[in-house]
Amino acid sequence: MNADSVQNPLLDGRGGGKARARGATGHALGIAGWGVAVLVPLTFLGVFFAWPTAALVARGFVTDGALDLSGFAEVLGRPRTWRFVGLTLLQASLGTLVAVLLGIPGAYVLYRCTFRGRLLLRGLVTVPFVLPTVVVGVAFRALLASSGPLGFLELDGSLAAIVAALVFFNYSVVVRTVGGMWERLDPRAEEAARALGASPWRAFASVTLPMLTPAIASAASIVFLFCATSFGVVLILGGSRYGTIETEIWTQTTQFLDLRAAAVLSIAQLVVIVLALSVSGYTRGRRERALHLTGSTARPRPLRLRPTRAGGWGDILPAALTAVVGIGLLALPLVNLLLASFRTPQGWGFGNYVALGTTGGANALSVTVWEALGTSLRTAVDATVIAVVVGTLVALVVSRRPRSRTARRAIGLLDAAVMLPLGVSAVTVGFGFLITLNRPPLDLRSSLLLIPIAQAVVAIPLVVRTVLPVLRAIDPRLREAAAVLGATPGRVLAHVDGPFLVRSLGLAVGFAFAVSLGEFGATAFLARPDQPTLPVVVVRLLGRPGAENYGMALAAAVVLALLTASIMALAERLRSARGIGAEW
Amino acid sequence: MTRKFRITGTILAVVALAGCSLMGEPDGGAGTGGGTSGEGQQGGVVRVVTHDSFALPEELIAAFETDTGYTVEQSAPGDGGALVNQLILTKDAPLGDVAYGVDNTFASRALTEDVFASYTSPALPASAEQYLVPGSDALTPVDIGDVCFNVDHEWFAEAGIAEPTTFEDLLEPEYANLTVVSNPATSSPGMAMLAATVGAFGEDGYAQYWAGMRENGLKVTSGWSDAYYVDFSGSEGQGDRPIVLSYSTSPAFEVGEGETQAPTGSLLETCFRQVEYAGVIEGAENPEGAQAWIDFMVGEQVQAALPESMYVYPVDDTIELPAAWVEFAPLSPSPFDVSPEEIAAGRDAWIQTWTETVID
Repeated sequence: MNADSVQNPLLDGRGGGKARARGATGHALGIAGWGVAVLVPLTFLGVFFAWPTAALVARGFVTDGALDLSGFAEVLGRPRTWRFVGLTLLQASLGTLVAVLLGIPGAYVLYRCTFRGRLLLRGLVTVPFVLPTVVVGVAFRALLASSGPLGFLELDGSLAAIVAALVFFNYSVVVRTVGGMWERLDPRAEEAARALGASPWRAFASVTLPMLTPAIASAASIVFLFCATSFGVVLILGGSRYGTIETEIWTQTTQFLDLRAAAVLSIAQLVVIVLALSVSGYTRGRRERALHLTGSTARPRPLRLRPTRAGGWGDILPAALTAVVGIGLLALPLVNLLLASFRTPQGWGFGNYVALGTTGGANALSVTVWEALGTSLRTAVDATVIAVVVGTLVALVVSRRPRSRTARRAIGLLDAAVMLPLGVSAVTVGFGFLITLNRPPLDLRSSLLLIPIAQAVVAIPLVVRTVLPVLRAIDPRLREAAAVLGATPGRVLAHVDGPFLVRSLGLAVGFAFAVSLGEFGATAFLARPDQPTLPVVVVRLLGRPGAENYGMALAAAVVLALLTASIMALAERLRSARGIGAEW
Repeated sequence: MTRKFRITGTILAVVALAGCSLMGEPDGGAGTGGGTSGEGQQGGVVRVVTHDSFALPEELIAAFETDTGYTVEQSAPGDGGALVNQLILTKDAPLGDVAYGVDNTFASRALTEDVFASYTSPALPASAEQYLVPGSDALTPVDIGDVCFNVDHEWFAEAGIAEPTTFEDLLEPEYANLTVVSNPATSSPGMAMLAATVGAFGEDGYAQYWAGMRENGLKVTSGWSDAYYVDFSGSEGQGDRPIVLSYSTSPAFEVGEGETQAPTGSLLETCFRQVEYAGVIEGAENPEGAQAWIDFMVGEQVQAALPESMYVYPVDDTIELPAAWVEFAPLSPSPFDVSPEEIAAGRDAWIQTWTETVID
């Protein structure tokens, strides 16, 4: 697609017949390769996302075999519908705004400065992102309920509580997406601005910030999507007063079987999501330019916690802000959870953790928690492989800028389309799976593969968004130069995109794995009772009375959190280890 | 690191990962893998669809497989409501052969949609006949349980206030701001409690009752766990409300080791009886296997295992209950009775009225 042929005329002139033959074969191979790169993701998302979703939504618009769109007027006429639309927009905007404002200083501290324990901290801030929402909901409510340690704030059931929880979940998305870009920015531009007398703030605002904008827009769009479609946490923290379109779709589908209302709401949600995506795509596209990314990580400098000689503040402000967010918003609910996991009916101790080897008080479970952990890990491996393969292909395709306007437009569409799984309710996808993948040629009704597939669908947009900013920021002239010098498209891919790709892949793998480990929405509809995953087990334990089961649920949640943190820390480590000795 | 070395490393990593993937599992893969039970007379797979609270000891399911020659394949696509709705949606290509976990608040919806085929189990205990759905022979009652208000004995003893006993008591000023319930639109015990108040106050009176509850400081959560573990004072979360919507069996699980008294108790005059059914799915590929599973569910072994595995009462009243249940988890002698048809007819309107009354 992109590899179209800057090289061919030149090669003809220089290398004669042999080179021409090689060029032509390479060209054909290149086209075939890109064809596969486009078809694989399209087929996967078509079969496992678009078709099931469309089939379920279509059910809502068909009455007695005929198309019936009267539902639109009827459902849109209900004040209840508009209340949920309004609430969704309000919560998502506030959540996104706060997460971005707090996340940028966080990205600076964790990715641009060095200090002891930096990798550990990077892993830790990601923990909330992959915790099962039900656990987070209970952890937050335990903190905010009038009997809890923060009960005096009277935030229980308030909008502020929901926004705090949304930021809790999504802070790391901003930190990582922006930080990943920031650490690879060539620092010389900012250094030059400083040398020319710009204040640190001015250098940041006029040099660094514009370069970070694509990453910020990218992070904001993902966070908005996550907030607008958040389900479990809003359901629990919102009491009964707050909700989102997503919670309403769930209620209408699973409780009332009002598919018509659910279908109309799904369309409304889609509109919100598409609007959000277009806005962010537009800002991204406008500001995007080839940035000067350094091949390896830019040399970070030590965190300066003392005022500078010149009377500046050093890094005190961002560091303090990050510390406040880290301790007050991220750590507090988690520490509360950790403490509670050591409380047993017999007093403080490891009893709840010992119990993880059992099937719970009075056999609340059909497997032990460790067995569920095994299932979770195996599922996550499958989901990660699928998500990374499909997601990387998408990112590679979308990162190209072909000559033809139609091709560019098609690529823009693909870019937006792969984000849609984030904007469609897990209930719709889960129910859709059941009504479409239940007959030949694709009868997957009882297949265990459905779970990793559903999780991969959720993880793919994340992989794309992690890999894409880095690929896009490669100066296209690098590729052109390689091509001019006679490199085949395959070699361009391996030697120009490859090194950048590999380094962002570590993070993508980490994200995909972590998302799969924590995924609950779709998994809950597909998991087999004899092989539940860890989040499913946590929720099942929380659904049983008795101190033993509650304690076990908390201990299992802590295990899940620790596992996730370790995986993210490992992904970080792999990434930086490769970053140094790249010899491609 | 040389390039060759790195490629070898990558290949090794991929192989290692593949080794721990699901696809490598002996019982994983597509649904075709399971149907090889060597010793069976009839053989074949029975696909059992349940709600997500389903749990039975592995030995029991293994015994079923040995005795009948069938291989059991389980799936659990959500809670009771989600289960029924999915069965309705997949009528033309059913999710499985037999379903368990449809309760009496959803039974009529399933029956109206003809999701289940007729079957009367010869193994049905005599005591279960009272729970059959009138006018239908498609659903077999398997277990029962009472949804009731629970109170924290210790809280009331300390506060020196007499415990409430009836629905009406909860409207009194001394119980203001003490009650927490879960939302009937999002939780099945919440729905059961709403049905109980319809049973108690009639179609004309239930809305007024809930309006009174709201005025008296009722708190609403979206799910049972949240109400019970966060807001209720009698369990782990140490909340500040001593009256919670839960099950009549819950107090038995709050009794600590060596204690002889339950710290909580249920108000047996505020109960709704939930009945859970199993049924052969219409269009099942293996109807005989499905029937065998139903016979198994109402058979003595499973009935005896129900309290320990799923926290519900067996429909067979000849089964001996766990000692703690006899003492701390009695069934209500007079639960409020609302028939499945009434619930099916009224359910959506009740929830809407409830939402308008209590929340909006």
